[in-house]
Parts: sequence; structure tokens; C-alpha cells
Amino acid sequence: MKNEAVQLPLPGFDTARAEWRSDYNEQLGDPPNPRNRSGIEVKPLYTLADWDPANYMDDLGFPGQLPMTRGIYATMHRGRSWSQRQLIGLGTPEDYNERLKNLIAHGSNAGSLIPCNSVYRGYDGDEVDPLLLGTCGAVVNTVEDMGICYRDIPIGDFSTALNDPSPFTLLALLLCVAKRRGIPWNKITGTSNQSDYISHFVCNHMFFRLALPGARRVLLDHIVFAQKHVPGWNPLSVVGQHMQQGGATPGEAMGLTLSTAIQYANDCVARGLDPDQFLPRFTFFFDISISFFEEIAKFRAGRRVWQRLVRERFGAQNPKAWRFKFHAQTSGVDLTREQPLNNISRVTVQAMAGIFGGLQSLHTDAYDEVLSVPTEKAARIAVATQEILKEEAHLTNVIDPLGGSYYVETLTNEMEAKILEVIERIDQAGGMFAAVETGLVQSMVGDSALAFQERVESGEETIVGVNKNLVADDDQMAREPLKPPSGEVIEAQLMRLKRFKAERNQEAVTRALDDLARAGESVDENVFGKIVEAADANATHGEICHRLREVYGFGEPLIVP
Amino acid sequence: MTSNSDETFPPRVLVTKIGLDGHDRGSRIVAAFLRDAGMEVIYTSPWQEIDRVVRLALEEDVDVIGVSSLATDHLLVPKLMVALEDAGLGHVKVVVGGIVPDDDEADLVDAGVSKVFHPGSARDDIVGEVAALAAKARREREQENAS
Repeated sequence: MKNEAVQLPLPGFDTARAEWRSDYNEQLGDPPNPRNRSGIEVKPLYTLADWDPANYMDDLGFPGQLPMTRGIYATMHRGRSWSQRQLIGLGTPEDYNERLKNLIAHGSNAGSLIPCNSVYRGYDGDEVDPLLLGTCGAVVNTVEDMGICYRDIPIGDFSTALNDPSPFTLLALLLCVAKRRGIPWNKITGTSNQSDYISHFVCNHMFFRLALPGARRVLLDHIVFAQKHVPGWNPLSVVGQHMQQGGATPGEAMGLTLSTAIQYANDCVARGLDPDQFLPRFTFFFDISISFFEEIAKFRAGRRVWQRLVRERFGAQNPKAWRFKFHAQTSGVDLTREQPLNNISRVTVQAMAGIFGGLQSLHTDAYDEVLSVPTEKAARIAVATQEILKEEAHLTNVIDPLGGSYYVETLTNEMEAKILEVIERIDQAGGMFAAVETGLVQSMVGDSALAFQERVESGEETIVGVNKNLVADDDQMAREPLKPPSGEVIEAQLMRLKRFKAERNQEAVTRALDDLARAGESVDENVFGKIVEAADANATHGEICHRLREVYGFGEPLIVP
Repeated sequence: MTSNSDETFPPRVLVTKIGLDGHDRGSRIVAAFLRDAGMEVIYTSPWQEIDRVVRLALEEDVDVIGVSSLATDHLLVPKLMVALEDAGLGHVKVVVGGIVPDDDEADLVDAGVSKVFHPGSARDDIVGEVAALAAKARREREQENAS
């Protein structure tokens, strides 16, 4: 990374530049430059005085080659565009199944399961206020529920992202469904989407089920288990999305996420795992804000930093271990409740940034996410947006199309510097685990959230319909919130759970849960293996979580004032 | 007449989340805004039980409770309103901030919620409204005590 000014052999360059600057200042009076969300000053014009194409091989190289800036595969979106992975989940397993089939019919080629918040908190449906059941995700508590979710879906040929934090009960249930259908586990592909307990501890506490040491243990066991038994599964997704949604700037979010990944890789190495084997299954999940060029530069810089980290710190030799694979979701924080149809434009711009950033998988938000849980109509438009960008706008025809832009390359270098600053700070604090235990990271993220809000309050950050272009809101037709499941539907779901519990072999359940607790207390047994066995003995999600909480303690966030 | 001393005390506000969701960026920011505006803020982690919120409101002698909701937890707020009334805290004003569909907003107001702040609400509006509600809560309590 060299971005100092270079000797310019171009005749007339200096004179022409001075002339331009003089014209510019004459018309605008030399106003101060704005800063992007990561705090980087943005100039009005970039030239080869900012980024010298002579650095091409050091800074960029070719797609699939070091330093990976231009993409992790030789073919990138020409070879395979991206997985259209929409988050869905509402109501009962039947509702989920219907909606999944619908999305597949409309072009989705991979699925994602969002469970109900009760599931996130580690409870079964019969333990929480029924008013909340199924209002934000599907109620999935048992092998039977999971089987209904994937009824008529060939789970061996369909990539599934499970929003399934530690202790990964949904994956256990899915594996049991596969087993009962005679589908070998080596055919199961997908990702444990919420396996990053550190980001849950810091930001998105709703996924935080077990206290830190327990979460750490179960994650490692789950990585070991997947490596051995479910080789097509990505057991780890490091979630920068939570950091950024929680308030971290794009640069901070990338730095904190890479520091988190370093922590997990160190933990895997301490377990005796081989980086060349486990690193290729590391995946990342990021937020795409509407700060278009900043996001593109964030992803390009992240790719470059990651390949260097895995080679320098972990000695990774396997080129697959150098690949920075990521799923990205357009940011809900940028969407507005005012004039909600405007959100379709915002999501389009965010998605473009992600595509130009070289993502592997994309979720586009529905325009009504600020109003309620997304409706089916809005979810369909979100999928269509991806199709339009790909098929009509042909954004995938050229790999890394913004590569070589003086601005994008300069910004990529500057974002890289920001990212390295954050990683350095976390290293100094003793690594990510230590830095979240002391609350350092929580303070960083909280301060940035407040600073951003100050920018909005002061009008420095414009939000159309909120602090600019306030017009009478005529988008009433866009405001048809999705109805939560009816009382009868929830009643039926609870009856099914009751019947399931009554009809199973209670002795086998008790034995499996006791086994699980013993494994949790031991140091050498694989806890996740015991979770799968418990699920197969028809223990419920809640029962498994409770048993582990007895061993490890309930996850509580650290509140930093 | 309210006593002067009451009027000069800074408003006391409980900022909390009930139900099952854990997203707390919004509640943290609002808590910081209120604190910076000179109010005394009692802040809790997410997932509070309604009984605990009522107990805290009583023990901390708050004027206003701010409930943050991102993912449908606002549906529980009517139960909180009943519990507050039962505990003799009818004067405490409750505001809700976050993702609340229009239809549900009407239900919340019917249940006694003073104000629903949607995404995009300006800091000054939130601070001004909460201060006014706190003053109102104190006046009502004074009247109750006097009668």
C-alpha cells in the first residue's frame, strides 16, 4: 500500500490541476471537505497524484490472486453471481414452509431461517407470553417443527443459512431431520449465520444465550463437529453486521470483525486445529450502509487485510484459506419510516455497493422493515431488486468494475489504514475476547452510534424525508403491516408442542440431557455432538438451552454507560 | 399548587426494554440524550420482566418510563400499563420508541401510553416531550397526594 504522491511525468498535469483548483475555488470558495462515516476526508477530485497505477500489482493484482483486492475468485460474478438469500420467518413452521416455497418460485436459490425471538432467547413456545410468539420469526422448537419448515424442500440440494446462535440447536434439529429422511450429512450445505457470540455480547444481545466461556466452548465444539461430520457446512460466520448496526462506523466494523475472526482462529489453533483446514470454512456477514463508495472500499480493503492476516499470523498456505467470503445485508438503519417507498431506492444503492464490493451472498431489505416485520409484497420487491441489478443493469458483467478508479483505490487504502488501526487497538487490549470483557469495544461502538446520531441531529448527515424534503406522507398504500399470527394458530402450535412432549420417550430425553450436561462439564467431550444426540432423542430447543445454562450460566450483556 | 422543590428536581426517567428482543442501540442513544439534557436516567439491560419494571419505577421514583421496542415487544406495553395502575403508579407517564405499526400505535394510546416515538424522531422533540410529561407526572402525583 503506497499512496504517497509520485513523480509525474505527465506533461501539463500540474498546470492543468492548478487551473482546475483555481476554477473550483472561485466557484465554491474553497469549502471544507466532508468526511465519510469512518471519518475519512473526502476530496472533490482524485487523480494519479492520489493513487499511482504503478502500484497495481502491489495493491490490486488479479481476481482470485493475492492480495485479493479485486475479488476472491478468478471468475467472480461472471462465474457465479451471488446467492439470493432472503431472511424469512414468521409465525408457525407451516407459514415458514409456504413462504420459503414462494421465495424459491420467485428466484431465490438459497434460504435463511429466522426463528422467533423466543427461540433466540433460548425458550420454547410454552415458556413465553403467547402474544409475542411468531411475531418476528418462526417458532421452531422440535425436530417435528423443523421437518415442517422444510417440507417438500430437498434439504440436500438447497443451501440453508440458519440464524442460529450458540448452542446451535437449529442445526442440530436440521441434522436430525436429514437423518430421518436418509439424507447423508455430507450433502448438507449452508451456514450457521449467528455463530459469532462476541458480536452478540457486544451489540445484538438478542442472540446471546450462554455466558461468554460457555459460548466460546460450544462454538469450538461445533466447528470441530462440522469439520468432521458436515463438511459442506460453514460453522462460523463472523458478524460485522451487528457491529455496524450497533453503531460502529464501516471502518470500525470491519476492523472489529477481523479482530473477532483472529480471536476465533486463535481459539481453533489452541484446540489443535489446522488453519489450512478451518479457515476455508470461515465466513463473514456485513452490513451495507448507503455510504456507497465507503462501503465498496470497506469490502475491498477487508479482503486485502484478511489474506495478509491469515498468512502472516496463521501461516495459511491453502489459497482457499485466503478467501474472504462474505454475505451482506443492506442496512436497516438507513431506512426511514417517513415515505417508506423511498427505501426501495436506498436498498438499491446499498445493494449496488455490496455487489461492487464483491459479495458472495446478498440480502436486500424490504422497504417496510421500518414499519413492521416485512410483508410478502415488500419482500418480493427486495428480491426483484437483485434480479434487476443483475439481469437488466448487467452489474455482473465486469469483475471489480471500480478497480483502478483513483478515488476508489485511494479510499480503499485509507479504509485499510482505519481497519488496521482498530485491529492494532484490539491487539493492544489483549485480543477481542479480553476487549469485550472489559467493555472497550462496547464503548467504541456506543460512542460512534452517538456521534452518528449527532450528525443526523445537526443536519450534517441528510436523510430525505426526515431532515430534508419533508413532504406530506402519501405512501399510505405502503403501510400495510403484516398481521401477526392469529391466536388460534399459536394455540395450535402450542398444542403440537404439548403433544410432541407427551408422545416422546421421556426416559431417552432425560438420558440425553444428562449426557449433555456431563459433556458440558467435561473438558474433552464434544458438547455439540451431544446436542445433536439430544435433539435426536426429541429433546426440545428450550430444554437443551436450559440444560446448558445450568452448566455455563445465562448470557447477559455488559452494559457500558 | 405544586411545590417549587418538585419543579426544580430534574426529571427521573427509566429507559428499558421488555419482552424478548435485545437490540439496544436506540435505547442507549435516547438514554444518552436525556442524560445530556440534565435528566436522571435509570437504564436497564433488555428483556426486563414487567414486574421488575414496575418495581424499579417505584423504587427509583421515576416520572417517565421509556420503553424501547424494535421487534414487536411493544405488544406487551398494555400489560405494563395495567401493572403500573395496579401498583398505584398511574401518574407515571409511559412513552414507547421504536418500530410500532400505525394500527398498534392506536392500541397503545388507548392503553394509556402518552407518546410513541417512531424512527427519525428528533432529539429535541424527544427531550422536550419527556420533560413536559415528567412535569405533568409530578403535578398529577402532587394532586393525588393532596386529595
